[in-house]
Amino acid sequence: MSFEDWYRQDRLPHIYCAGCGNGTIINCTLAAIDQMAWKKEETVFVSGIGCSSRAPGYIVTDSLHTTHGRAIAFATGVKMANPNLNVVVFTGDGDLAAIGGNHFIHGCRRNIDLTVVCMNNQIYGMTGGQGSPTTPTGCLSSTTPYGCVEAPFDLCELAIAAGANFVSRWTSYHVKELEKAVLAGLQTPGFSFIEALVQCPTAFGRRNKFKQVADQVDYLRTHTMLKVKRDRLIEQGEQIPRDMFVVGELARRNRPALGVKL
Amino acid sequence: MTRIEFWQGNTACAEGALAAGCRFFGGYPITPSTEVAEHMAVKLPKKNGVFIQMEDEIAGIASVIGASWTGARAMTATSGPGFSLMMENIGYAAMTETPCVIVNVQRGGPSTGQPTMGAQGDMMQCRFGSHGDYSVIALCPASVQEMYELTAKAFNLADRYRVPVFLMADEIVGHMREKIIIPDSMVNVQRRELVKGVLPFSPDKDLIPGFPQFGKGYGVHVTGLTHDERGYPCATNPKLHETLVRRLVDKIESARREIADYDILNPCAEQVFIAYGAPVRSVQQLIQDHPDQNIGFLRLRTVWPFPEYALGEFKNVRRFLIPELNLGQIAREIERHVKVPVISLPKLGGDLHTPAELSAALEAHQ
Repeated sequence: MSFEDWYRQDRLPHIYCAGCGNGTIINCTLAAIDQMAWKKEETVFVSGIGCSSRAPGYIVTDSLHTTHGRAIAFATGVKMANPNLNVVVFTGDGDLAAIGGNHFIHGCRRNIDLTVVCMNNQIYGMTGGQGSPTTPTGCLSSTTPYGCVEAPFDLCELAIAAGANFVSRWTSYHVKELEKAVLAGLQTPGFSFIEALVQCPTAFGRRNKFKQVADQVDYLRTHTMLKVKRDRLIEQGEQIPRDMFVVGELARRNRPALGVKL
Repeated sequence: MTRIEFWQGNTACAEGALAAGCRFFGGYPITPSTEVAEHMAVKLPKKNGVFIQMEDEIAGIASVIGASWTGARAMTATSGPGFSLMMENIGYAAMTETPCVIVNVQRGGPSTGQPTMGAQGDMMQCRFGSHGDYSVIALCPASVQEMYELTAKAFNLADRYRVPVFLMADEIVGHMREKIIIPDSMVNVQRRELVKGVLPFSPDKDLIPGFPQFGKGYGVHVTGLTHDERGYPCATNPKLHETLVRRLVDKIESARREIADYDILNPCAEQVFIAYGAPVRSVQQLIQDHPDQNIGFLRLRTVWPFPEYALGEFKNVRRFLIPELNLGQIAREIERHVKVPVISLPKLGGDLHTPAELSAALEAHQ
């Protein structure tokens, strides 16, 4: 068995741009699922709208590619009606945090037994590069042509505050760490949220001075800080740079969950 | 042994759903439909079913569609504002051919309008409310008995035609209490399974594909994008899109006689009332009060697809009179099918037409 067995070969080539980070995240997710030894017929992928949400269409299992922002609500119906199914949600920052924000926080609050993998490219890629709720302040997009004046969401803090059992953040650079995080999420009953920052050379990198795909991946590498290091620095009274993303396992707890397989 | 109860319409709706084997309810409280959800919240857990109160109506219908793909008979209940919120996902259900039942206990609109008053202002919204071309089925109950029977029937139609089916009730019928006879058993139509090896969106002769239930190894990809018979996105092929959308419409419209449910009274009459939902009762009272007047009556239970051929049963008709709790939504539909005058008798505000008002209308249009 290999994670490649989970792909629909007849759907190739895929729609992702050259240099897109989404494929890395999908590979990591499937590699983790492969380690769970889940049966394909007992696994369902659900997604909303956007680049990341096209992922289920490339996977051989049953899948529901739904309306914009509503993936978690659809997935809640699938999981509640048949808790024996393993349900994984693929989503993006616009899908999850803008139009789907309400479903996200209520999914966390219910602590429903889903694993939600968010490919956060900090922009609306599919529609051509508009600002999203995670576009960093000052960054350029087609709808923030003078630099984004709003503050971005910290999706992980949101998930933790709303009650998710497992929360972790990595990037497309941290392949091994991400795979392990997804695996931990799959193993944890209740709502598991894994945020994966990804490069989007076409819509984000091009506008924000990342000349090469590798430049943006390197930015993600150099602008991440392990949670343990962050905690230690805070303890020592040091400032954390504002453009630093905290990565690692951010929450793991055992709150009562909904829709868990009996 | 049949059972006799004295129930509220919304209770009868929930009980009809349970009798039909509904095992999933996802919804959001809204007047005047809330009793449906409340009754399901009490009963479903005892029947090994799932009741879940979602964060809004968008999530309510989304959860219902998700549940339906696991094979469950699933429903939601709402009213005007919630119905408006559901529209995008209703289009998704139509596009993905997901069987589901949506109860709309109509109240006065637009907007928040009259939460506790009856209306029929959503009759066109249920037909055309989501974007793009598609067809649906809508049933209108006029009694507590029909709240039970038509809800159960809605599940059969949804599973038979793989389409969202609407129970377009109104506050008057939803909150009315009257006698109801509970049948011993219901005939439940089974969802036709997809034959293994057949493409998941390849239709049978009746234009309806077999259902590839999640968890059964079909490996089906379900998308709201225009898709081919494999279920794969194929959104830029003009011919394929047209074929798909025409099939979604034709599978319902070509079955209109099979789906139709109506009663005809006095087919030789010159003056003919047409009504659905609560106004049916006003017409029935009028006819009962004037047995000598030979008043014709077409009483619709299926409003969509509209059974226009039933209009032809009235060979001597000189005019149709349409009492509705809206500004003539179905009167306009009738107008396009007949050559005789169609007199719309609209009533807004929440009160039902009185038999005296209908009688006066008859005289005014002699």
